[in-house]
Amino acid sequence: MAKYEYTEMKDTRSGFGDGLLEAGKRNKDVVALCADLTGSLKMNAFKDAFPDRFIQAGIAEANMMGVAAGLTIGGKIPFTGTFANFSTGRVYDQIRQSIAYSGKNVKIAASHAGLTLGEDGATHQILEDIGLMKMLPGMVVINPCDYEQTKAATIAIAEFDGPVYLRFGRPKWPVFTPPNQKFEIGKAVTFQEGNDVTIIATGHCVWESLKAAEELEAGGLSVEVINIHTIKPLDNDAILKSVAKTGRVVTAEEHQMNGGLGDSVAQLLARNNPKPIEFVAVDDSFGESGKPEELFEKYGLGKSSIVAAVKRVVKR
Amino acid sequence: MATIQELENTASQVRRDILRMVHAVNSGHPGGSLGCADYFTALYSEIMDYSTDFKMDGTNEDLCFLSNGHISPVWYSVLARSGFFPISELSTFRKIDSRLQGHPTTHEGLPGIRIASGSLGQGMSAAIGAAMTKKMNGDTKTVYCLHGDGELQEGQIWEAAMFAAHNKVDNLICTIDYNQRQIDGDTDDVLSLGNLRAKFEAFGWDVMEMDGNNMEATVNGLKEAKSKTGNGKPICILMTTEMGAGVDFMMGSHKWHGVAPNDEQLKDALSQLTETAGDY
Repeated sequence: MAKYEYTEMKDTRSGFGDGLLEAGKRNKDVVALCADLTGSLKMNAFKDAFPDRFIQAGIAEANMMGVAAGLTIGGKIPFTGTFANFSTGRVYDQIRQSIAYSGKNVKIAASHAGLTLGEDGATHQILEDIGLMKMLPGMVVINPCDYEQTKAATIAIAEFDGPVYLRFGRPKWPVFTPPNQKFEIGKAVTFQEGNDVTIIATGHCVWESLKAAEELEAGGLSVEVINIHTIKPLDNDAILKSVAKTGRVVTAEEHQMNGGLGDSVAQLLARNNPKPIEFVAVDDSFGESGKPEELFEKYGLGKSSIVAAVKRVVKR
Repeated sequence: MATIQELENTASQVRRDILRMVHAVNSGHPGGSLGCADYFTALYSEIMDYSTDFKMDGTNEDLCFLSNGHISPVWYSVLARSGFFPISELSTFRKIDSRLQGHPTTHEGLPGIRIASGSLGQGMSAAIGAAMTKKMNGDTKTVYCLHGDGELQEGQIWEAAMFAAHNKVDNLICTIDYNQRQIDGDTDDVLSLGNLRAKFEAFGWDVMEMDGNNMEATVNGLKEAKSKTGNGKPICILMTTEMGAGVDFMMGSHKWHGVAPNDEQLKDALSQLTETAGDY
């Protein structure tokens, strides 16, 4: 079981920026592209350290994806940087043909994912990206939960050969995983062990799940909390092992219910060990402008929604 | 160094391959493939420096990309006849379990292919990326990319064109198959391309023109383009071709863009093209 302890508030995008700098120091073939959002993606440190390995793509994401694919021919390891919306839906065909189908070693770094983008509103709050990307054959999909995990994930994917979608966010969010942690692609992290129910969470919803678990434990329930940072490939063994013990599942994610982590978990359980499952996710809706915490509350992603989902599932 | 006659002989055989390949599966795109037979023959026989011991990275080799992937038959034929894979494999084109997919792909591991294409407008970006990696690695070789003219209707092409000029990607030669026809008709009727020379020049490219169905002009044009590399600008060749070139009843129309000949038409077409290197 992994230990966790709240330390500070910090954005996951800074974890990406710091991880990218570290990956760049470790491997001279790491290059970065950005579509006019260098500051937003926290890529300035890499740009300053390695100006010859930083490519400003301008507001032209389709071309950026294609250039990244081409850069791999000759051995570069390109990281593309833009908002999650423009990293997926806008360039889906480019990713599908030039990166995924072509098997190119491109790392798609996608910031400002989900509702917690906040005030910019629904045009930019993509909630469909995990689904889009996990459907692509061979694409690895990662959604870390805090600054430190995002940093570790960034370093890890630079060392992995193959296309990766790395999703992170804009707001300052609790940091609770340790610095310099080892990040294993495709490996679940168990933050809390329990016997009555398993909460399976990804991204910003992991902290909310831990807070929910505290409340539920105080009420007498024994709650297991598993962090799935890698939605694809899914850690089937960890999930099945936990559910064999608890027999009930709640998934939690900042994404549409359709196509997200919950879908993947439900499919796994349906095929191997059908058990009651509840989904904490956005239910077929677009977002809106607001503060991250207000949006989490209104769209049913926060601690209280997770607590409610657990209470529902234990009655089934 | 092959003579122009020898290159024309090769192109004649390539055209026979194209026709026989699309006829065998009653699908594929003969029109543009026939139009670009001289270009590919010249490129692989006279211009590019490459190894048939295929390596994806292509370090210290010239690279070829095909953005308008639907004219795969011409590329497959030239790759096979250049030694990348057995000529007999052309008979598997578009059939189950083949490395010769309808559109080119790396997925089946066909030597000579470095990225999938078919969904149009994506090849220039990939070629730019490969050219930039060469520059970063101190590799002085050249990257070639072929485009359809109808393909220029895709927005990504112009993103890429702007990007290549801005970044002075001057080890890149993009050739436009300027046959002025696409599936639905003449480009002027479907969505007119306007003045392509002026457009590419305005985007900051070094633009030249070339007759792509005259072997001597094609060889000389490609050599001229190569001589323009390293001067701070990407190079664009507006290559005039005839869709269906080499087969009289296929020329002068867009109708053979994506239609295979029947038995009788194949016989007629092959009678117009000398078998110079042995059919597969």
